[in-house]
Amino acid sequence: MGAHGIDTLRLSAEDALGLLERGEATSRELWEAYRAAIDAQNPELNAFLTLVDEPEGDGIPIAIKDVISTKGIRTTAGSKILEPYVPVFDATVAARCKAASMPCLGKTNTDEFAMGSSTENSAYGPTHNPWDLDRVPGGSGGGSAAAVAAGLAPWALGSDTGGSIKLPSAFCGNVGLRPTYGTVSRYGVVAFASSLDQVGPVTRNVRDNALLYRIISGRDVHDSTTVDVPPVLLPESEDLKGLRIGLPRQLNDLDGIEPGVKAAVASAIALAESLGAEIDECELPLSVDYGLPCYYLIAPAEASANLARFDGVRYGARSDGPDFREMVMRTRHDFLGDESKRRIMIGTYALSSGYYDAYYGTAQKVRTVIKREHDALFEKFDLLISPTCATTAFRLGEKSADPLAMYLTDVLTIPSNMAGLPGLSIPCGLSDGLPVGLQLVGPQFSENLLYRAGHALEGAIGFDPVPGRLA
Amino acid sequence: MSGETGVTWEPVIGLEIHVQLKTETKMFCRCKNGAGGEPNSQTCPVCLAFPGALPVPNRRAIEETVKLGLALGCTIADRAVFHRKNYFYPDLSKAYQISQYDEPLCSGGSLLVPTADGDIVIGITRAHLEEDAAKNVHVAASGRLHGATATLVDFNRGGSALLEIVTEPDIHSSEVAKRFLQLLRQTVVELGLSDAELEKGSMRFDVNVSVRPAGTTELRTRTELKNMNSFNFAAKGIEKEITRQVAIYESGGVVVQETLHFDPGNEESPPTRSKEEAQDYRYFPEPDLVPIYPPLELVEQLRQQIGELPSARIGRIADTLSFYDADVLVTGSLDRLWSAVVEAGADAKETANVLANAFVAAGIDPAAVDARELAKLVSARSEIPRAVFDEALTHLGDPGFSADPYVAQKAVSDVSELDPVIEAVIAANPGQAEQFRGGKEGLLGFFVGQVMKETRGKADPRVVSDRVRSKLAG
Repeated sequence: MGAHGIDTLRLSAEDALGLLERGEATSRELWEAYRAAIDAQNPELNAFLTLVDEPEGDGIPIAIKDVISTKGIRTTAGSKILEPYVPVFDATVAARCKAASMPCLGKTNTDEFAMGSSTENSAYGPTHNPWDLDRVPGGSGGGSAAAVAAGLAPWALGSDTGGSIKLPSAFCGNVGLRPTYGTVSRYGVVAFASSLDQVGPVTRNVRDNALLYRIISGRDVHDSTTVDVPPVLLPESEDLKGLRIGLPRQLNDLDGIEPGVKAAVASAIALAESLGAEIDECELPLSVDYGLPCYYLIAPAEASANLARFDGVRYGARSDGPDFREMVMRTRHDFLGDESKRRIMIGTYALSSGYYDAYYGTAQKVRTVIKREHDALFEKFDLLISPTCATTAFRLGEKSADPLAMYLTDVLTIPSNMAGLPGLSIPCGLSDGLPVGLQLVGPQFSENLLYRAGHALEGAIGFDPVPGRLA
Repeated sequence: MSGETGVTWEPVIGLEIHVQLKTETKMFCRCKNGAGGEPNSQTCPVCLAFPGALPVPNRRAIEETVKLGLALGCTIADRAVFHRKNYFYPDLSKAYQISQYDEPLCSGGSLLVPTADGDIVIGITRAHLEEDAAKNVHVAASGRLHGATATLVDFNRGGSALLEIVTEPDIHSSEVAKRFLQLLRQTVVELGLSDAELEKGSMRFDVNVSVRPAGTTELRTRTELKNMNSFNFAAKGIEKEITRQVAIYESGGVVVQETLHFDPGNEESPPTRSKEEAQDYRYFPEPDLVPIYPPLELVEQLRQQIGELPSARIGRIADTLSFYDADVLVTGSLDRLWSAVVEAGADAKETANVLANAFVAAGIDPAAVDARELAKLVSARSEIPRAVFDEALTHLGDPGFSADPYVAQKAVSDVSELDPVIEAVIAANPGQAEQFRGGKEGLLGFFVGQVMKETRGKADPRVVSDRVRSKLAG
């Protein structure tokens, strides 16, 4: 039991809201309970990079991924190049949390510029998985996922480009939503790949997730790519009657899916059927074959331009040089990490004259193909289900020397991301004591449906989100 | 031009013009537009490219670009796209410029350039919208780039809306290039899009020059002339470059592709040259913005706002006056006043002369002038003393100006009043009178001048001249 008798490991955000509403706890007490948990566990988890010492707001506290600008609170994006950077403005999602009286607990660890699948690319050291400290929490949003799983925050904001919310949620036993592209503002979110980046909630359960999504979503005048969003409903239903669920063979039968993952997903599918869903196999061949390679052209290409602003001129770290060119080169050499440099080089190459058509141009066309392939499936199915990842959390250092193996971690989350579709990862059981993630993907703007299905399945699965070693 | 080898060389000139739109706010953020004020006082996270800041396009700027496109007879795109143009430079905060690439707002138009020998049509390849760069200030003891020890950046201008217009290589003389630029400037100013002031940099242009044997259609290696900030200077620069290229070909040489940078502060100094590096800007569609689909109704609405264009007006007025007069009136923004004065009863040619000469010299704002009063003045011009007329002109812009007191001071043409003065002058200058009678007709002016002096300029010189001649003959 934590400070003020508040059990941060088990308390949901909705429960916490109840405590506040009934006057059984104050916002300050909640804050202090989570802060005490952070003080106790963060040294071994490294989930937070920066802590806030004075809460602002009298609601439920929140942890915010360090790619999201927070006015007056250092925002590093996991990079040394932004080590001294303190934003003068709030990202729209941070402002919306503030408007909802949610005090920020601190900024959570991330792979540098959200480029990675394990949080090992953070310039500030990796985050450790609360279920097994020798394992990664997934990435890039490993800090937010670990914080929620270990009870250091009731909920958190993540950002997802290729799977950075869904994957860590799967590895840490959380519920994570990557929303439909355009439903959540990217204003103030340090850009990785603009056409793919999307902020979303990381929570302990599905209803909390809907609550937070309701707060952060909706059109924003500062982001031209946002749209109006249908009202977000809190899921109630316990069944899946009338839902047609497709199982894309290429996602479910992929080589390399661990037996324990397969088993947990299979039993979740059986439960879905028992809750009244119609289940059928389907095909998604092009999306799975081409999703990952196209992603690794488009995302680095956009990143190569997005990261070019880190030139040492206006903010952040700078290495001096005899002239502008030299100063920029030294600054970027000294303060950007290897993975960032790798992707800048890949992206620059993909956009170069003579290569554009073959690489970036073709990848964009394939993206349309991927979108159409998904659209066609949604004429027959309401939702698609697959594992979120082929494996459970791997060991720290296991893949860090092999970028390609690391990239393959996202092979199941990338296809729907490339199509701009929403995806919800919920825990569906354990494999060797580690959480397994179930990925639910729906058509654009189907978040309410994903929440309804996720909520019913969550009840049937009965997953205990408390890591065994902390229970 | 013709060279020593007997080959006639034809210049091939293309222009790329940048015009700063005078929108209230910048192109992609809501900072006040227009440089000035304390350095970096008109900035925000967007134009300073803070992490996560996103562009939101300025609707007004898009509308004004469409308007210019319509004025130039361009096709307005059903779908236009912003691209990122990537390069590192301290004045470019994002390290990419948001510009347009293969899907510009306007394409395929033309501008008619009337000349004394008929109209010349210059093709407009495209007109598109982009953002301006900030301003670098190089700091050194001398204040000049050479030996600079540091560069300061003022981002007040950074992110302003910039209109780019690119012509086809349809221009074949420096004179036409100059006239095209003048007319385009006049068009932009009249449409209210920009002040287009060269000195302030709100209009800038680059010139591509090559030459080829007349009669051929090949495009030879071109050089680019940058930073010329007056039309006359541009014409001279183009002329020199043509001569240089012809000389190279005539002596069997090859023109190298390069850029000639002029020093805007010092027109006398020769341009510095730089090899044109093959820049790879890695253009790709700006993912932070959605494509623009200009609605048809809006395009039509904007079309309605466009009045008769300067080149059309030159053509129309040249039917009444000479081409030269028409050109001066229109490019001097004087033709509307001219029409009004003529409408009020003044002679067309006389009015044009007054407006083109005296008026411009007096520096009067045409908009402040009462055309009917000016018409009265112009009509009485031959009957009032020159000094009185000039005096009247300087007061034309005064509120409530009336021509009446000036017209009332008509010159003295009454012979009975003038004859005694004339006779006295002849009597006082017997020597000159003798010479005149002996055939030295040039002395007529001397006598008229003496009479004018005696009458303090109030005499009508034409009457005086007639009377002097008949008195001396008689």
